[in-house]
Order: sequence, then C-alpha cells, then structure tokens
Amino acid sequence: MAASNKTRAGRRDPGSTADEKAAPRAPDGSDPIGPIAPAPFTREEDLRAYRDMLLIRRFEEKAGQMYGMGLIGGFCHLYIGQEAVVVGVDMAARPGDQVITSYRDHGHMLACGMDPKGVMAELTGRRGGLSKGKGGSMHMFSREKNFYGGHGIVGAQVSLGTGLGFANWYRGNDSVSLVYFGDGASNQGQVYESFNMAELWKLPVVYIVENNRYAMGTSVTRSSALTDFSKRGASFNIPGRQVDGMDVRAVKAAADAALAWCRRGAGPIILEMQTYRYRGHSMSDPAKYRSKEEVQKMREEHDPIEQVRVRLLAAGVTEAELKKIDAGARAIVSEAAEFATQNPEPDPSELMTDILL
Amino acid sequence: MPNILMPALSPTMEEGKLAKWLKKEGEAVKAGDVIAEIETDKATMEVEAVDEGVLSKILVPEGAENVKVNTPIGFIAVDGEAEAPSAQVDVVPEPAQPAAPAPQAPPKPSAQPKAPAPAEAEYPADAPMVAMTVREALRDAMAEEMRRDDSVFVMGEEVAEYQGAYKVTQGLLQEFGPKRVVDTPITEHGFTGVGVGAAMAGLRPIVEFMTFNFSMQAIDQIVNSAAKTLYMSGGQMGAPIVFRGPNGAAARVAAQHSQDFAAWYSHIPGLKVVAPYTAADAKGLLKAAIRDPNPVVFLENEILYGQSFDVPRIDDFVLPIGKARIARRGEHVTLVSWSIGMTYAHKAAELLAEEGIEAEIVDLRTIRPMDVETIVRSVMKTGRCVTIEEGWPQSGVGAEIAARLMVDAFDYLDAPVLRVTGKDTPMPYAANLEKLALPSAAEVVEAARAVLYR
Ligand SMILES: Cc1ncc(C[n+]2csc(CCOP(=O)(O)OP(=O)(O)O)c2C)c(N)n1
Ligand SMILES: [Mg+2]
Repeated sequence: MAASNKTRAGRRDPGSTADEKAAPRAPDGSDPIGPIAPAPFTREEDLRAYRDMLLIRRFEEKAGQMYGMGLIGGFCHLYIGQEAVVVGVDMAARPGDQVITSYRDHGHMLACGMDPKGVMAELTGRRGGLSKGKGGSMHMFSREKNFYGGHGIVGAQVSLGTGLGFANWYRGNDSVSLVYFGDGASNQGQVYESFNMAELWKLPVVYIVENNRYAMGTSVTRSSALTDFSKRGASFNIPGRQVDGMDVRAVKAAADAALAWCRRGAGPIILEMQTYRYRGHSMSDPAKYRSKEEVQKMREEHDPIEQVRVRLLAAGVTEAELKKIDAGARAIVSEAAEFATQNPEPDPSELMTDILL
Repeated sequence: MPNILMPALSPTMEEGKLAKWLKKEGEAVKAGDVIAEIETDKATMEVEAVDEGVLSKILVPEGAENVKVNTPIGFIAVDGEAEAPSAQVDVVPEPAQPAAPAPQAPPKPSAQPKAPAPAEAEYPADAPMVAMTVREALRDAMAEEMRRDDSVFVMGEEVAEYQGAYKVTQGLLQEFGPKRVVDTPITEHGFTGVGVGAAMAGLRPIVEFMTFNFSMQAIDQIVNSAAKTLYMSGGQMGAPIVFRGPNGAAARVAAQHSQDFAAWYSHIPGLKVVAPYTAADAKGLLKAAIRDPNPVVFLENEILYGQSFDVPRIDDFVLPIGKARIARRGEHVTLVSWSIGMTYAHKAAELLAEEGIEAEIVDLRTIRPMDVETIVRSVMKTGRCVTIEEGWPQSGVGAEIAARLMVDAFDYLDAPVLRVTGKDTPMPYAANLEKLALPSAAEVVEAARAVLYR
C-alpha cells in the first residue's frame, strides 16, 4: 500500500495482494445499488434538457448539411436520436468528472460545454477548430472541459477511460470517469480487460454503453451472444442497469445513482443506455439493414426531445417560448457554421507541429 | 435559391447518379423523410430532408448520371413560404469563396501507358482483355478460389450481409452462404486469432480488416502466431491465411484511419506482403495469396477500388508473388513504387517526359519477398533511383530499397537513392495539410531531377 495514503473505504491499491473484498454489497448478495427511482424533472430541469438536446439536434442537422456541401470531409458520425444520453448524464455530473467517447462525439462535446464554433470549425478543418483543424470530426479534446476525446479505434476509449478513473483513484479525488462506448464496441477484448482491472482496483468509472442497436450495419442480435449489456460486467462482479436512454429523466436518475456509487468508493458500474440513431452510421451508409418504418416509429414514438416538449407544454410553457428556444439553438448553430465556413485553414507550418513536446 | 444540393455521401465521392425521387413536386416532406436515392460506385444511399416543407421543385430528374456533388437538385419551401427561403430558413451560407479546396483525393492515374509485356509473359499476348475495377477484380479472385477450394472462407466485419464496408465482398454471401462468408463482431484481436487457429487446422481463411488501421488491434496474432508458427513448430504446421483490406490514407479520415502498414508488415520474417496497383495484379496476386501455404498480408487501397484496368480473361489467372513488374520503360531514372504510389510515379513520368527525361517505373507489387533483382537490373541501366510511398520515411520500404541498392548496385549508382514519402507526421484532417502530408507528383519530379543533377 505504498502509493496511496488517501485510499478510501472499499478501494484497493493496484498491485496490493490484500484479499479484502470491501465492496459494499448487500448482505444477502442481492443487487448492491438498489432500485433506481426515475425522478420527475422540475420545470427548470426540463427546460435545460430541452435546450441542451435541441442544440445538439440542430448542430448535427447543420453538420449533415455541410457534409453534403463538401465543407466537411472524411467520416462524420451524427448523434441525432441519442441526445438524451449525454444531456441526462451531464445533468448528473460534476465539474471535474471526465468524459471520453468514440468518434460519434459532437453531442458529448456540446454537452460538456465546449464551444460550438470550435467544434464546427474542427469539422470543417479550420484553424479555429478545437484541434486547430488537425483532428476533424472524430478527434477533438478539451483539457478545460475534461473531455478526453474523440477516438477512432472502436473500444480504445474504454481502456483509456479506465485510466482516467485510475488517475482519480491515484490522486484520491472525488472525480468519476464517464466512459461512453457503443454496443459494437462492447465486444472488443480490451473492454473486458478494463472491466477486470476497474473492479479489481475499485476504480471510479461509469461505463456507459450507448446501445443504439446497430454497429454500422450489424444489429446487436447478430453480433452479441448476450444482448443485455448491463450484464456484461457480471463475471467481474460489476453491477449494471438497463436504462431508457430516450428518456432524459431516466438517464439522469441512473447517472445520479451510478455517480454516487462511484463516489463512495464502490468501484465501477455499467449503465446500458437503450437508445437509437436516426441517421446512418456515418454519412455514407446505405441503410439497408433496417426498415424505414423502424426508424420512423422511433422518431415518432420515442423522440427524446419531443418527450420533453410535450411535458413542457403540459406544464404551461407556451409554443412561443419553445419556438424561442429553438430559434436560440438555430442562432448558435448558424453562427458556428458561419465561423466554420469563414475561418481560414491552418497555416501550412502546422503540418509539423504538435508531434512531440 | 434551391436548398437541396447533391450531397457528398462518402469521403471519396465526387459525383453520383440521382437514381430516384421518392417525393413528387408539390408533396409535403418532414424532417427525416427520405426524398431521393443516390447511387455511387459503392452503394445506393438515401437523401433525407432536413427541414419540413413542400418539395416545390425538382431540378435534376431521376436517372441523371454523373451529377457532381453540390449541384442543386431540388428545392424545399419551408412553412408554406414562397420559394425564396426567408432569413429564418436554415440554409447554410455558401462559402464566400472556395475557402477550402474540395476534399483532395490523390491524383487519378492518367491514361495508362500500355505496359510493356513482362520479361516472361504472365499471360498470352493475345488473351482477351476485359476492363474491370480493382474492387471487382478482388471479388472475382475470392469467388473463383472459393469455388475451387471449399476450405477457403471469408471472415470480417460487415463482409456478409452488408456486402463489405467497401463492397469488395459483394455477392459472396449470396453465392457461398453464411458458413463461408462470416460476419464477425468488432473484435479484431479475437477473430484474427480464430482465423489463424482455423488455418493451423488446415482451413484457408481470408480475414478482411475493414481497414488495415484496425489490424493493429490484431497485430500480435499476425506477427506472433501467424508468422512464427511454422518456424516454432520446426516446419510441422504453418498458417495458410490471407489478411486483406484497404491500407493507407483514403481522403480526410485523419490520423487514426490513414496509416500505411507496408513497412510494418514487411519487417516480419514468416509473412509475405503484397500491395498491387492494377486490377489485373489485384486479381492474379490475390488468387496466388489464397493458394499460398503461408500467411500473406494483402494491402489494398480504397482510392484504387473504383479504378478500372484491363484484366486478361483467361481461366485461372494467377500471378507469382515476389515478382515486380516494369510498368514503363525508360533509361534515365528508375522510379520504384507500388499500390497507390504508382499514381504519383505515372504522373511524374509523364511530366518528366515533357522535359526529355525518360523514367522507368518498377511496380514492386510484392513488398516481401522483395524482387530486388528487377530493381537492380533497372538501376544498372539508369544509374539513378527514386522510391515513392505514402508511408513514413524512417525505416520505410524506400529505406530498405536504398540499402539493398547500396549493396547490390553500388557500382551502378550515379547518385544517392532518394525517397519520396509521406511526411513524418500523423495524418492531419485539414484539407490543405492533408495534401501537404501526402507525396505528390511534383515531389517525384523534383527528386528525379535531383538524382539527374538537373
Ligand atoms: C478497431 C476498429 N474496428 C473497426 C472500426 C470500424 N468501425 C467504426 S465504427 C464501427 C461500428 C461501431 O459501432 P458501435 O460501437 O455500436 O458504435 P456506434 O457507431 O453505433 O455509435 C466500426 C466497425 C474501427 N473504427 N475500429
Ligand atoms: Mg451502436
């Protein structure tokens, strides 16, 4: 037990051979977290969720248009349909908690509070982009907002995010690492190597599986022997929960519980967010693997933004007020697009910078 | 001001066919409705409406071919407004001036000079030729070998139902069924090991990496298991397996998706490494790779997939692994390249010809084992050599060629061997930087002049 003098209850030192099993499990071995009560939102919470989700939706629609115009190149993966996941989790998170995800990252960055102009200018490869135009849609980072990327290799962020959790454990701080990955990524070997270490060392990591039912053209039933992703930690004794990822309230409640679990030193936890992407995997997706009806049904019956809109109207918020919120989101996005179009490309000298310090 | 433009739907798309309008003029559309279908050489894709409104005008009729990206194809009037979108309508401002160059694909090969017949003819001179794309040639090679040998099977991500992420395995599932065309989960390290194990047991797997960038997840099984088992078992068992997929940069896919693995795999004893340029070589060499009793890393290139070349139509067209091809004759300078690098070599040779410099081009085709003899023979004639590759300079394939020439052709060299390579940096996303990061024909011309002291 050399390195850590701040080890809290339940946390084990990496490398320690101590045999203690200090996880606060229920005495009868039953579910240690207990049920997660879906908490109703206050009107302010609903308004915030509405605003944040709408910003992501409008941003992504614009990005899709700009890709079509050739202003954005390469791979561009839109988040439309999944907005409730990042917004709900962000509503539960605290400053200091880290976020890491895959290439489908625009929504996560906006939810983290990263500047839409900087995100859009990165999409167009301009010098004002968050990575100076060098990273593109899949690779953006923000030290300031504790956003650790934007990773193109499926599954890689799961080990990296576990490392962020390790750093929290090492420093003995109260922060939690929020690690997002897809249903497809859940089959990568390093995910399980990470699970084992995270539970072994009781690292503060929330593994958030964004189960949007498809990995490119492969549905979860065609790729996964066990499609209940909340159970993927079972052989490591990591608890998990399935969550309606289209309902921002359910997401926030689950994230609240998971973060509390991590903050009291109980180790990692898995949240399977059941969600859906409306658009193709990337812009070049022939979408022959699912029916139009399936997509239309999700949009019409489960849309995360529409759910909040209905609630707000019922609570007496007027159409005009909601229109104003939408106009606000559109204005932010238009300004970002304008900036991303006018901002110059990086200086050629940038080609050979940032390779080593 | 029309607000539906012919969209770019993939990193490499420049034009496409407007296959079908799914909405009629005057019809109402909601955000998310599919309004049209577009065909590219890879796939059919759908165009979704972004705004709600009425499809008030169709500007490009269905069936129109070669519609350039960004051509106005129709107009959606929003919210019952007149045709001209009001300030509220969410139309992205057109770039004031072409602020960014359109995504820059490496140069297309120019009209290819008729390749001189190889020293030993690889097919009869009067063989009928058929034009096909590299993509089709690869598919045909796999299909022919699967018909010939039922121990051959394909596995990888999206190879079966999706017909291949880059459509190289198109139709194979339909012909051979799901037992021989196997969709895997995203588990490269695992399925590569499964493939190598199956090969050790005597099957002949073709493992597709969606792109070679993802082979890095699996490189341990390729190097430690596939490449070394024959040696470690004292010759008892090897692994007859092909690892194939697109390698190197595509267009604007940035640092993690643009890596060239030619040098990496060429480092490994126990592997063969093939990197064809033409469709004929792709076909003949892939068939050879599938039949080879050794593990073969077969490096394709996404940008070449859609390019057409003549392929001899003869039964069982198999080419030898380990033999280079003289792609153009000349006596002043030898250009050595392979795969996409050949596009720069050909372009440069034409530019040099305008200056009266006749370049000889050696298309290496196989990186390991390397046909040093053919390079040396050419250099004995020209006395000068420039190598061209998209990969990084340090310990690259060009470095190996230079070292071999220093030993095997020292007395024939009139100048140091020069390398034209990708720049020594991760691949940037920005269009202008990406262009700078990749080699260019101009750099090849410059290097050729330098070795000629001009
Ligand atoms: C190691 C690796 N293998 C394959 C790919 C190609 N690829 C990119 S995204 C993707 C599908 C991932 O699906 P999922 O994890 O469900 O995330 P989603 O795209 O649905 O958000 C694949 C196969 C990759 N980028 N990295
Ligand atoms: Mg998915």
